Amino acid sequence: MKILLNNREEEFPYESLTVSEMIDFKKFSFRMRIVKINGVLIPKGKYDSTIIHNNDEVQMLYLMSGG
Amino acid sequence: MRFSEIKSHLSKFKVGIAGAGGLGSNCATALARSGVGTLVIADYDKIEECNLNRQYYFTDQIGKLKTDALKENVFRINPGINVVIQQKRLDRLNIPEVFSGCDVIVEAFDSADMKEMLIETVQTRMPGITVVAASGLAGFGNNDTVRCRKIDDTLYICGDESSEAEDDLPPMAPRVGIVANMQANTVIDILMKKK
Repeated sequence: MKILLNNREEEFPYESLTVSEMIDFKKFSFRMRIVKINGVLIPKGKYDSTIIHNNDEVQMLYLMSGG
Repeated sequence: MRFSEIKSHLSKFKVGIAGAGGLGSNCATALARSGVGTLVIADYDKIEECNLNRQYYFTDQIGKLKTDALKENVFRINPGINVVIQQKRLDRLNIPEVFSGCDVIVEAFDSADMKEMLIETVQTRMPGITVVAASGLAGFGNNDTVRCRKIDDTLYICGDESSEAEDDLPPMAPRVGIVANMQANTVIDILMKKK
């Protein structure tokens, strides 16, 4: 499938992925993050059950301590 | 547009400030100078000496509640502003009530957990309200890595999104101030486009 990840086109060798699977596949490591799919925020508790489909627009951002 | 017109437009709006530390105190003073009508400032903490390396407070305010001291400082800058103090620890349950009626909410916490909690709560429980968040501002130098990224109409993120504050990479006045003012600048931009 092909998705837009942070406005950049990315291809995955799967037909669909859960949010957790995508995080593992991309080796995204930081613990605190926000994930939005097609403009909808996915709460942390739903990363395992939320599926990313072909052509979805995914935004991911990391939250670093400090302020 | 002249500053008097900008100020008069901004006076119609109410902005929430979630946290009155380095980001919140600097962002609030910038918004007060610009003429934002009402600030809702939420924090539960007291000022400590170690905060003065970046937070908009003074030595004679050490020991005071940050909300009270920030209200005092903001009034010294702009006596015409309304300041609503919410002296409490923010959580998933009280955020919608604390910031009800706010046009924009500034995420100004220190810890990444709290940042995540606030963004999740506002985005899921307060639809349509824009959050201007901050992530990645520790250390010094690296001016060119700091930016503001628009995720969509309801979420903006300011900072480098990579530097994590720790003992050997402390948050300091210049970079915290840059990001706090970037947040204020984003808030003003959003409000100037609102009727």
